Amino acid sequence: MEIRSRIYSNIMYVTMSGELDEHNAIYSKTTLDELFLQSGFSQVIIDLSELEFMDSTGVGILIGRYKKLKERHIPIYICNPSKHAEKIFKMTGLYNIMPKIN
Amino acid sequence: MKYKNEMTMIVKSLSENESFVRSSVAAFCLPLNPTIDEITEIKTAVSEAVTNCVVHAYPNTVGDIVIKVKITEKDVKISVSDRGVGIDNLEKAIEPFFTTKPEEDRSGMGFTVIESFMDSFKLERNKGAGVTVHMTKHIGEKNIQMVGEENAWAR
Repeated sequence: MEIRSRIYSNIMYVTMSGELDEHNAIYSKTTLDELFLQSGFSQVIIDLSELEFMDSTGVGILIGRYKKLKERHIPIYICNPSKHAEKIFKMTGLYNIMPKIN
Repeated sequence: MKYKNEMTMIVKSLSENESFVRSSVAAFCLPLNPTIDEITEIKTAVSEAVTNCVVHAYPNTVGDIVIKVKITEKDVKISVSDRGVGIDNLEKAIEPFFTTKPEEDRSGMGFTVIESFMDSFKLERNKGAGVTVHMTKHIGEKNIQMVGEENAWAR
């Protein structure tokens, strides 16, 4: 699991790569929370094009981050989910709170 | 039912085993000639069941998880068992978004994902302790036209 980020034009771009499951849950949560401590961005775009595997643990992690950023009125958007991640997001209604963008 | 092949794995309820178990089960199913989608669905369902054991069956302790896989020509049957704390209300547990650990950012969607990705799913109390997740999936209906493009063997 690797998480990279950069801030550009007030947007934080986060790329998650590898396998997002229970084993990487704590690392993913703490890394994302630390990144979000930075200032200078008003929205977050999470790029999942390099994510090789995800189960519902990933959805829980994303929802947890959404709740934290919601307090600061910072929206999260998802881009490039795999066909499979997309199925899980639709099933869980994740896109209702974290819309998909291209 | 007569099975063509069977395997049993026993692993400790450590999260690092999740990837190993789902990949092993997926590899065992390859003779059924599944599509990449079918393989990913099996991997995800297995991952959900094993995660349940790691997180819920053995909280703050480590126990055994027994994974059994049986295959016929076109069907796979998987069970994931633990001897852990068990589930008080099985019906409640399988409801979408139900979780006993909302403070840990749990989605409560594990069983729902299993139900959607597999053809059948059943949750059963074990005699003595723990639960078993039974699931089955029919494989390979779409493979004829997919050979060479989305066939898992072609990877």
